[in-house]
Amino acid sequence: MTTAIDRFDDKARQAFDQIGQSEVYEGELLRHPVYTRFLHWMVALFFFLALFTGFGIYLPWLFRWFMPIFGGGPLAREMHPWFGLGFVIFFGLQALNWIKPMTWTAADSRWLGHLKEIASGREIGTPETGFFNGGQKAMFWEIVAGCVVYLITGIILWMGARTFGRWAVAISYVLHDISAIIMLGGIFIHIYLSTIGEPGTFQAMIRGAVSEAWAWTFHPAWYKEVTGRDPEQACEEARQRGQFGDR
Amino acid sequence: MSDRKTLQIRQISGHSGPSAGFDMQRDAEVCKLIDTTICIGCKACEVACVEWNDMPFSPTTFDNTYQTMPSTRWNFWNLIKFNEHQREDGTIQWLMRKDQCMHCADPGCLRACPADGAIVQYTNGIVDFQQENCIGCEFCVSGCPYDIPKFNPATKRVYKCTLCSDRVGGGLEPACIKACPTGCLKFGTKDDMKYIAEERAKQLRENFGFEHAGVYDPQSIGGTHVVYVLHDAENPERYGGLPKNPVIPWSYTVWKWLFKPVLGTFALFGLVGVWLHYVTVGPWRIQPERPRKPEPPKKKEA
Repeated sequence: MTTAIDRFDDKARQAFDQIGQSEVYEGELLRHPVYTRFLHWMVALFFFLALFTGFGIYLPWLFRWFMPIFGGGPLAREMHPWFGLGFVIFFGLQALNWIKPMTWTAADSRWLGHLKEIASGREIGTPETGFFNGGQKAMFWEIVAGCVVYLITGIILWMGARTFGRWAVAISYVLHDISAIIMLGGIFIHIYLSTIGEPGTFQAMIRGAVSEAWAWTFHPAWYKEVTGRDPEQACEEARQRGQFGDR
Repeated sequence: MSDRKTLQIRQISGHSGPSAGFDMQRDAEVCKLIDTTICIGCKACEVACVEWNDMPFSPTTFDNTYQTMPSTRWNFWNLIKFNEHQREDGTIQWLMRKDQCMHCADPGCLRACPADGAIVQYTNGIVDFQQENCIGCEFCVSGCPYDIPKFNPATKRVYKCTLCSDRVGGGLEPACIKACPTGCLKFGTKDDMKYIAEERAKQLRENFGFEHAGVYDPQSIGGTHVVYVLHDAENPERYGGLPKNPVIPWSYTVWKWLFKPVLGTFALFGLVGVWLHYVTVGPWRIQPERPRKPEPPKKKEA
């Protein structure tokens, strides 16, 4: 099973590398191949389409003013399940693509234990942080769980009370919205951390590359894995050369 | 579909708190009385409904009964349901019940509806859909205990009986009432109709041998503005699935008026939280960081 997923992912990555390209300059590392970036932006596109049409269903009195963009409230309602389906499908592919680096380890639990220090800026992370840190993995698995909830409750809401019964719809509506609210709170954190919160991160999803300094700062164990060098030593050498991260 | 000029609005969907018309008019609550014991199943009310509301004719479905179609449609709001009930002694009772919106005092559709002003309740008790505000989410379908709101796929909006709010607003009775030849349908204030219904039920019990005859006005949803006189009020299910104790899922109430605004605000805290983080703690910088300029020594206060 795992090998079949691996073969599929490998083939997809190769195929997408033919279509697009990743610009990796001197002193940089490839972080996300074309396939991953493609999936990420498709997920993002469908997420926001589903989110904005969802707003029109969640609080029509507040979000009515931009519903005409989607052709009015009823059409937004009509399209919302399709956008949601797109989100779940592309995120499902991304989940297969990332199932290995996203596997939860004891190091991630320790990372979460340091969450207070990390959030308050006293620490940047833990030295054992690999390709993804505990926070990223927590977010990933939250979205996986959220997608399962979306899919089940979404189909119930889509097919309606005459197929699944009044109570199924009444309960699904609440679960669907709770899942959406958790993801809405999460998206602010995700966008912040990938842009102004951690300068140098955004380019990983644009041209696929990050600087080595970024790697040894935020994902030291991954840096060690790909370059074979010790991240702390590399950082110290850069300091002596006068090569600073904000340059 | 409605007449806002002549009817004051008491409740609006997706809208907490009283509306402009709440408690400000001494409108009598209206009521339609349907005496199933003298209905002859002539379907004049079905025709009158289609006629008055200018609805396109809709194909009928024959299912070996006299019923026009299995259930009401978005363009067919008034349907007599024909049911046969076999008594214990083997005799058959042919039950006819005019099915339409019950205009509940506590409408499940209005509670479930998220769209502002898509469903309104007038001070006279009529529950009306305002299709221009409807977003077609069909949550009202799950809120309704009587399976009344029907979706029109062409307009992507939901329709149902208006109790002829346009006629009632102008001082006329609903079209179905006007068409009824037997006096099975009556229209007036809720108090009057309840009185007549109770008198009729008493008559049925005392003079006609229907010991369980009674009035259907379910208190679990605060009563309805359409009441039935039934031969057997103990078993309303026999009349084409009329629920004895209709309920509105509690999840709509709890979710809409409590968790929805509260949790929605929490999601915004995500935005506030990252902004506060940026301006107080600041971003995480790529290492090594450029050494900070030493702060000038503070002057000692004199």
